[in-house]
Amino acid sequence: MRTLRFLLRKEYRQIARDRMMLAQILVLPVIQLLLLANAATFEVTRARLYAVDLDHTVTSRALIDRLVSSGRFARAGSSGSMALADAAMLDRRADVIARIPRDFERDLLRVDAAPVQLILDAKDGAAAAVTRSYASTIITGYAAELGAARPGRQAFALGAPAPAAPRVEVRSRAWYNPGLDYQDYMVPGILVELITIAGTLLTAVNITREKEIGTLDQLNVTPVTRAQFIAGKLIPLWSIALVEFGVGLAVAAVVFHVPMRGSVALVVGVAAIYLVAALGIGLWVSTIAGTQQQAMFITFFLMLIYLLMSGLFTPLRSMPDWAQWIAHLNPVMYFVRIMRDVLMKGAGPSDIAPDVGILALYGALVFTLAVRQYAKRSA
Amino acid sequence: MTLPPNDEPAIRVRDLARRFGGFIAVRGISFEVARGEVFGFLGANGAGKTTAIKMLTGLLLPTSGEARVAGYDVYRETESIRRHIGYMSQRFSLYEDLTVRENIELYGGIYGLSDERIAKRSTELIARLGLHDVRDTLVGSIPLGWKQKLAFSVAVIHDPAIVFLDEPTSGVDPITRRQFWEMIYTAASKGTTVFVTTHYMDEAEYCDRVSIMVEGTIAALGTPNDLKSRYGAATIEDVFVRLARPAA
Repeated sequence: MRTLRFLLRKEYRQIARDRMMLAQILVLPVIQLLLLANAATFEVTRARLYAVDLDHTVTSRALIDRLVSSGRFARAGSSGSMALADAAMLDRRADVIARIPRDFERDLLRVDAAPVQLILDAKDGAAAAVTRSYASTIITGYAAELGAARPGRQAFALGAPAPAAPRVEVRSRAWYNPGLDYQDYMVPGILVELITIAGTLLTAVNITREKEIGTLDQLNVTPVTRAQFIAGKLIPLWSIALVEFGVGLAVAAVVFHVPMRGSVALVVGVAAIYLVAALGIGLWVSTIAGTQQQAMFITFFLMLIYLLMSGLFTPLRSMPDWAQWIAHLNPVMYFVRIMRDVLMKGAGPSDIAPDVGILALYGALVFTLAVRQYAKRSA
Repeated sequence: MTLPPNDEPAIRVRDLARRFGGFIAVRGISFEVARGEVFGFLGANGAGKTTAIKMLTGLLLPTSGEARVAGYDVYRETESIRRHIGYMSQRFSLYEDLTVRENIELYGGIYGLSDERIAKRSTELIARLGLHDVRDTLVGSIPLGWKQKLAFSVAVIHDPAIVFLDEPTSGVDPITRRQFWEMIYTAASKGTTVFVTTHYMDEAEYCDRVSIMVEGTIAALGTPNDLKSRYGAATIEDVFVRLARPAA
């Protein structure tokens, strides 16, 4: 225990003196969180709408006003010419063209149905799909209102040939995130990624650096045991990563207004367990890497898997079976899921117990493996 | 710390060998180092000196052969060996981002010295090395000669039975080298066995006995005077050149 005290003092001193490392631990992740949380969104706001209104009636103008006043669309221009609309889209001045045919209002009154054409720039498929669904919702809502205003008559619908206005109305309600706020959903996940990457990379690089400059050999000829050495390394890095997590959580709450429906203490507790696994992986990397550069390359490789196979950006269910299988080996996946469950749904200890159990097991396993692999004497 | 009172030598090596893939770095060397001796371990670069030291200090597993250090087996009792030895590696390996005092404190603590003893040793050492003005300076910014002397002092902070010095004086000026050897003698006079590698042949003259390693084997072993008379040479350097380049 006495030896450990000296090792810990040494490590904290070195960390406190290493400004680059402190910045890497405490400042960069916050900046990344601020940047990524704003960038990693699937929401489409203010898609640029070019209206081709060939009808020029109160009804057609009201429809366009309805689209724009929803806040989802911005007016990119309007004219009676499809050629001009086409040019606008080609010049990237418009994302969507709404074409309202001549006799729109008349058809609506006479045959109870009238087509509206939407033309989308589907270069970015995901964004186009989102834009289309916004537009459909607004148009269908408008149609329903018109129908209700004239009892016994059906209103127009989207597309051609136009089906009747829906008899069965679907009202979807998003649970746990009623505003479908992407930041609520993404920020906790991004935070997990950031502390994982920082924790793993720092551990791997820190130990490999001692190997590289020869101080590790100097320690290895002393009576310092493996357990003391590893504890002396991991306790400081673990505590720092945990502080970083706390700072990130505060930023999430204050800046992004991420709801904290469940217990904050619970997620911090899970983070403490989770970090054992994340840092254990860093330790393992340091046992196989000879230089800091190698340690970084191995960590970057892991990082991509951490990021893309965690369910953070893409749902696991949409991955092929083998990829899902790999994702289930990714500790990040479990912690992202726990964070979302606790913060957004208010899940309690019993709800997340299975995932926490897996993380604890994972940590124990990785840690044992890394400690076994770490040898004071090379073979 | 002294060795258990028996007549076992400080170091006993028999047919010790180490192979790296197809390359044999050390090909079955045998020698003994008596207690309290200053033993010079000479050889050209790449002769296998560092590999041999690493096996004796428990940093590298031997391929075959036997070795006992401070009476303990290098295969099975490395933890006991580590409590009885000090080691100064070829590369400077104190923490450059810690101060002089912090380095002393760290190693004192690791070797189990009490807080009072650490404080006492630290004051003593700093005074003896003349490092008073830089005691709270980061080690990375003090001159190489001072660093080397500090590294040696730290390696013997726990009064080990044996200290291994791997090219301790490489790159330092002649005056510092001389001071360094005075420190080695001081340690030896207190009963510490010194195992030192060097490629400065004049330093070999300061040793009680020297061995000369050539291509993984020990080509000659004896007192400096022994070797000089055996090879009819004026200096150890002449002996060395003759052994290292037999054709010349």
